[in-house]
Amino acid sequence: MAHVREAVAALLRESVTRLPEDYLSALRDAEAREESPLGRRMLRMLLDNAELAGRAGVATCQDTGIPVLFVQVGQDVHLVGGSLAEALEEAVRDAYRDLRKSVVRDPLVRENTGDNTPPIVHYEIVPGDRVRVAALVKGFGAEMTSALRMLPATAGEVEVKRFVVEVVQRAGPNACPPVIVGVGLGSSFDGVALLAKRALLRPLGTPNPAPHLARLEQELLEAINATGVGPQGLGGRFTALAVHVESAPTHIAALPVAVNLNCSAPRRAEVVL
Amino acid sequence: MREWHLRTPLRDEDVVGLRAGDWVTLSGVVYGARDAAHQRLAEALRRGEPLPIPLEGQVIYYVGPAPAKEGWAVGPAGPTTSGRMDPFTVPLLERGLKATVGKGTRSAEVKEAMVRYRAVYLATVGGAAAVLARHIVRGRVVAYEDLGTEAIWELELREFPAVVVNDVHGGDLYGSAQTAYARP
Repeated sequence: MAHVREAVAALLRESVTRLPEDYLSALRDAEAREESPLGRRMLRMLLDNAELAGRAGVATCQDTGIPVLFVQVGQDVHLVGGSLAEALEEAVRDAYRDLRKSVVRDPLVRENTGDNTPPIVHYEIVPGDRVRVAALVKGFGAEMTSALRMLPATAGEVEVKRFVVEVVQRAGPNACPPVIVGVGLGSSFDGVALLAKRALLRPLGTPNPAPHLARLEQELLEAINATGVGPQGLGGRFTALAVHVESAPTHIAALPVAVNLNCSAPRRAEVVL
Repeated sequence: MREWHLRTPLRDEDVVGLRAGDWVTLSGVVYGARDAAHQRLAEALRRGEPLPIPLEGQVIYYVGPAPAKEGWAVGPAGPTTSGRMDPFTVPLLERGLKATVGKGTRSAEVKEAMVRYRAVYLATVGGAAAVLARHIVRGRVVAYEDLGTEAIWELELREFPAVVVNDVHGGDLYGSAQTAYARP
């Protein structure tokens, strides 16, 4: 367990100071193509920030969120030496010693837990003998603008698109654009939210393998970028850098759709043990 | 893009010339405060108690800084979403607050009050917290210390970059710029 604790703490520390290369590459591309002068200035500041944070070893954003951990445990793995949940909690405590403490124990009482625990953990048992931990460190500016709607069965693609674009447009500057848009389709009320969040784990530049969903991702990206919201909501071409759609089977009555936005400091990392 | 170099505290004549879309840099002392601190300021006003910070001519930056690393005055310190402070903002503007700094849209009520009391709303870059912290040369908690990162901070800025979103004439950059780049 000490191994899990160390590895996950290192993963979190790394993720808060270094943004993924696929994202930085998309950001550089956006800077080159953005038409709005103010928009270009915003994108340049984001790139400078990523460079400074990486070099100085400080967090890219003060909001280092509630870490969301996706833990896949191979069914042949036998974990020894204590509780996995506790090891993950300790990892967060270690990693957040020098970061902002942004978690309150109770949503109404609102007393800060003081160590940024507990994390949000999603467990999954998979074939194999490995443990894979993926982390999303999400700021809550973008999280607060996310939304879910239980559309009726016959709503179809048109209604889905309308809802997704509406969420991103309404979020506007609050979500710190350019955003990455995670869309969940199908499943149930709880499941669709998780699909949207999981969609944000996918590296930029990797479309959904299903052709109809890859097409939907492309069309959604174009529709979102036609809104003119732009970098930081100050107008421009690049409101979103990517749209990722994940889908799952659903009920005959419903077309659940969830939109989870990731901000301009999309911290994402993964480790295999 | 017009650019202004402002020094706090601000007077009416410092802000009336600003227009939505202008670039500004801020230097001097501002106060950092977010959700919980605003709630306490509102409670103090309701009870008729004195406030722990001056408001006349002052600037509030919506921020909850991260812990400072050695060699830094404060840790990463980017803007938080301003709209959450809307329910508490009008009484502060009424008492002379000249500018607020954050990111994201403001309510109609706050926008009207900014015109009425001659105050501006500035946006800085969400997600550029390390770069912005380099423009903060001194930082200390001055009130509500028990709130941790949500305490009220006194921050001395040096050429802190921001853009005017709402000016005292009713100009609103979020509205106008998005319309300018929207495609049918």
